[in-house]
Amino acid sequence: MIEGLIGGLFNGISIGAVLLIVALGLAIVFGLMGVINLAHGELMMLGAYTTYVVQNGANLIGGVAPEIYILVALPLAFVVAALTGLALERWVIRYLYGRPLETLLATWGVSLILKQFVRSVNWAMVIGLVVFALLFFGGRWLIQKQRVLSPTIATVMGVLSGAIALVAGLIMNQSGSTALSRAWFSARNVDVTAPSWLRGGLSLGTTLQFPYARLFIIVLTVLCLVGVYWFLQGSSWGLRIRSVTQNRTMSACMGIPTERVDALTFALGSGLAGIAGCAVTLLGSVGPNLGSNYIVDAFMVVVVGGVGKLVGSIVAAMVIGIITYLVGSGTLALLLAPYPAMSPVMDLFTFFATTSMAKVMVFALIIAFLQVRPAGMFPQKGRTAEV
Amino acid sequence: MGTAMLLKACGSAPDTADSAPADGDAPAAAGDGETIKVGLLHSLSGTMAISETTVVDAEMLAIKEINAAGGVLGKQIEPIQEDGASDWPTFAEKAEKLIDQDQVVTVFGCWTSASRKAVLPVFESKDHMLWYPVQYEGQECSKNIFYTGAAPNQQIEPAVDWLLENKGTDFFLVGSDYVFPRTANTIIKEQLKAKGGNTVGEDYLPLGNTEVTPIITKIKAALPNGGVIFNSLNGDSNVAFFKQLQGAGMTPDLYPVMSVSIAEEEVRQIGKEFLIGHYAAWNYFQTVETPENEKWVADFKAEYGEDRVTNDPMEAAYIMVYLWKQAVEQAGTTDIAAVREAAYGQEFAAPEGPVTMNVNHHISKTVRIGEIRDDGLFDIVSSTDGPIDPVPWNQYVPDTKGFACDWSDPAKGGKYETEGA
Repeated sequence: MIEGLIGGLFNGISIGAVLLIVALGLAIVFGLMGVINLAHGELMMLGAYTTYVVQNGANLIGGVAPEIYILVALPLAFVVAALTGLALERWVIRYLYGRPLETLLATWGVSLILKQFVRSVNWAMVIGLVVFALLFFGGRWLIQKQRVLSPTIATVMGVLSGAIALVAGLIMNQSGSTALSRAWFSARNVDVTAPSWLRGGLSLGTTLQFPYARLFIIVLTVLCLVGVYWFLQGSSWGLRIRSVTQNRTMSACMGIPTERVDALTFALGSGLAGIAGCAVTLLGSVGPNLGSNYIVDAFMVVVVGGVGKLVGSIVAAMVIGIITYLVGSGTLALLLAPYPAMSPVMDLFTFFATTSMAKVMVFALIIAFLQVRPAGMFPQKGRTAEV
Repeated sequence: MGTAMLLKACGSAPDTADSAPADGDAPAAAGDGETIKVGLLHSLSGTMAISETTVVDAEMLAIKEINAAGGVLGKQIEPIQEDGASDWPTFAEKAEKLIDQDQVVTVFGCWTSASRKAVLPVFESKDHMLWYPVQYEGQECSKNIFYTGAAPNQQIEPAVDWLLENKGTDFFLVGSDYVFPRTANTIIKEQLKAKGGNTVGEDYLPLGNTEVTPIITKIKAALPNGGVIFNSLNGDSNVAFFKQLQGAGMTPDLYPVMSVSIAEEEVRQIGKEFLIGHYAAWNYFQTVETPENEKWVADFKAEYGEDRVTNDPMEAAYIMVYLWKQAVEQAGTTDIAAVREAAYGQEFAAPEGPVTMNVNHHISKTVRIGEIRDDGLFDIVSSTDGPIDPVPWNQYVPDTKGFACDWSDPAKGGKYETEGA
């Protein structure tokens, strides 16, 4: 009984930890900045592919490298996703603050682009992109020095460098050189294998087994939480982020560079998505669609927890994880078995005790909960809060 | 563009005779031209592209070989590829396009049961011909489809029998939440009931879901001392399932998993570390030891690269092109009704061993059980003595018990009651 309870609690928390680490970046981007970032899942995917690349590199090096590659992959995944997020913020989202509908569509478009990029990226494409960047931005810089840059010239340059890059890419693709035209990852799922110390599990007693991968994710989630908490509460940039979140105009008046704060916040949220992507390679498959499997869960956690409060996301992730586990595994139905009076309730839970149905029940509960508390578990207080 | 496609499909559907000359030099009757046109209808984009493009590779290899050897009836085969885009209505649209506009003499295509069900009405209403290469749930027998993958009695049922004999009688069924696993599990449950086995539980995972902790808890609760797991999960969920199964300390010696949708290609994607010692049931493995297979694997690698693997659906796709070619040659024409008649009884020395086309449009195939070994290929641990005849209507499920299919006899057709049932 006690073992069952501990096991149940552990499994619930481990599901919750995955939800939380996936939602943490979104809690910052969506919760603090109010940006509905549908490309969040694809930033995770980039983190996962970074892990894949690091793993392959480690396998090439051999020796002890394949055992510790994950420790290198984690910071690298953070950096890759954060840089992508930064570029996304600078080039797309910056123009769309305060327009949630457009942001939603734009980020969805970005998510499609990122997915297709991963499917079809090859040397020819990368070289084409570099050519474009060199021609366009280099040319712009040169012309700008002459102070004759007009919108017309910029457009013509954009079209020209785009066309040159495209033709170069096509020629390279058709040159018959497989080294150039071969896709790096292709649309197939790739195989990321955890280092051997993260496979298997820790046995306690007769029936309890804690998978190492789950323990690792729980620890990682806690570390990320502590890190984010320290950054937001303890650092000067954290202070600025919090003040911009609370009152943008006033912060700007006080001399806080809100644009840089926005970029930094978005990069931080994106980087956390990269770490989450690295973490979920321990559990599931790595493919272009990895992000779409998690994005709904991430939004669910943030919305239930209450937009704008990190603590809300933490509690929501744990509650959703534990409920999903208790309902889906049939533990609730089992717990009620000894009480005949409860048999109709038990039948209900038995009915929902499959993975598909548990998901239905969790969503139904969330809908009901949001009827009562539309702003989530921990709504923002104050005059600016929209309730 | 979608509308244009729709209009085209609608416009050409009613009168095929008129639309043919409008295509200019397109031959009125496809056999009269210089080439014989065949359609390849698979998903070249979308989720299913991963699997279906490998099947296209196998079909193209067969066509290339046949053309190199002189073609069919002295003419070269001209394959016309269409992209079903992993979207079932698109499959139906493209099937109409291939039949009406391109005037193909037959179509090789589809992978998922959903796409097959979507094109079925098209092929039946136009009385055309589709060759379908994938193992499926059975309970279908169309006059217009030839099925070269396994019927349930050529994959699932022998796998269950083998497990009962060698691995235990307590079964936990895990599957993705759609038509194939649910139908397959219905069959397995009936079979276990009939053979003295025991279904201790079943669970379904929504497609794409990767959280399998509740399922693992349930398996442990239902099978505390070990037992058989029968797995019909599809795609990404398999990866999550095997990774987390290992994390939970459930090893193949206590919890052997029998999978029906994991072949050589999938092993590469999941990672063999998680799969060694588990089982899969197919008609063909790359490790089958026949001279035909050695030649085929070598030819395939020469064509597509040394790192490629061959698997069961690819082999079925390869042999269906040859079976069609033999039927055309025997009929002496590409006329669909004549080819259909000629297809019955066609034999072919396939990489998996000899196969025969039956009057129920399915083929007799050898059934094998493979154990995943540390190079990611399969060790064949069990194999039937010869080809097993296909039974499309399942004999364990009460609704279809006693029914059979025989298209060579107009009085019998797709579903007739056998005597003594």
